Amino acid sequence: MAEVTLHATPHATPAAHAEGHQHPIKLYLVVWGWLFVLSTCSYLVDYFNLQGYLRWSLIVLFMMLKAGLIVAVFMHMAWERLALAYAILLPPLVLLVFVGIMVFESDYTLLSRIIFFKTGA
Amino acid sequence: MTETVLTNIEKRRTTTVGWQGIVADWSSDQRAFKNVSWGKAMMWIFLLSDTFIFGCFLLSYMTARMSTTVPWPNPSEVFALTIAGQHIPLILIAIMTFVLISSSGTMAMAVNFGYRHDRRKTAILMLVTAAFGATFVGMQAFEWTKLIMEGVRPWENPWGAEQFGSCFFMITGFHGTHVTIGVIFLIIIARKVWRGDFETGRRGFFTSRKGNYEIVEITGLYWHFVDLVWVFIFAFFYLW
Repeated sequence: MAEVTLHATPHATPAAHAEGHQHPIKLYLVVWGWLFVLSTCSYLVDYFNLQGYLRWSLIVLFMMLKAGLIVAVFMHMAWERLALAYAILLPPLVLLVFVGIMVFESDYTLLSRIIFFKTGA
Repeated sequence: MTETVLTNIEKRRTTTVGWQGIVADWSSDQRAFKNVSWGKAMMWIFLLSDTFIFGCFLLSYMTARMSTTVPWPNPSEVFALTIAGQHIPLILIAIMTFVLISSSGTMAMAVNFGYRHDRRKTAILMLVTAAFGATFVGMQAFEWTKLIMEGVRPWENPWGAEQFGSCFFMITGFHGTHVTIGVIFLIIIARKVWRGDFETGRRGFFTSRKGNYEIVEITGLYWHFVDLVWVFIFAFFYLW
C-alpha cells in the first residue's frame, strides 16, 4: 500500500505538497466505523466469556487491526516515505525480545516461589 | 553546471522508492526524512520513546502477573457495573474505549480541515476532541474512585494478587495523564486556530510559519498515539 501511494508524492505539485494530505473525509469516517466494529468485537470476546487460545488470538488480532488502522490512516503513516516509516515502526519490535526475556524470568520466579514458599511454610 | 547535476541527484533520491529509497534517504546529505518537517519528525521520535515507556509498564505488569502464585483478580468482574438492575461486565471500559475512538475520529477530520484552511471547522472539531478526552478522564476518575472505595490499594485488594493495584494505578494513571496533557494542548491550539494566528503569523509559540496548519497534524499525532496506547491497555490489562 505504501509503495503505491509513495509514487504519487514526488509528482505532486509543490503547492499541494505544502498543503499536506488531502483525503476525502469519507476515508476517516470509514476507518472510524471499522474501529467501532473492531472494539465491539473485542468487547464481545469478553461478554461471551470465550476462553483459551481462541480468546487470546481474537484479542490480539483485533488489537493489531485497530493499531494498524490508527497508525496507517489516522496518523498518515501509509503516506509517509519508507525512511520515516521504518525508522519509527521497526524499533518497537525489539520489545518482543524483551517480552521473551521477561517470560523466562517470570517462569523462573514462579518456579522458585512454588518450590520455596509452599514447602518452606 | 554543478548545480544542475546536484539537483538531478537530489531529485533522483527523493523519487526512489522501496529499499533503495530508504538507503538513498538515509545516506543523503543533511536530512534523512525528506518531506517531513522537523516538528513532525520530532513528534514521531518522542512518540517512539513513549512507546518504550508504555511498553515497559505493560512488560512489568506481565512479569508481575506471570510470576505470582496468587490468582489474579478477574478484570471482567472487577470492572463490571450494575446498570438498571442489569449486571454488565466491563461496560465502563467499553464505553471509555468508544469515547476515545470517537475523539480520534474527530481529530483526524480536524487535521484534514486544517490543511483546507477551514478555521472554524478545525477549531470546533478540535474542541469536540478535547471534550471527548475530558469525558474519558472523568470516567477514569469515576473508575478510580469506585475501586478505591472497594478497597483497592497499590499494595492490596479484596480479590487476589496484591500487584493488581499497583499495575492498575501505574498504567491507567500514566495514560490518563497523557490524555489530560493532550486535552490542554488541544484547547491551546484550537484557540490559536480560531483566532487566526496561523493566517496572520501572529507572534507566539508554534505560530511562526505563516499559513501553515501542520501543528494541527502534530497535535493529532500525539492524540492518536494516546488512543493507540489505550488499544494495547484495553487488550492486555482489561481483556486478558
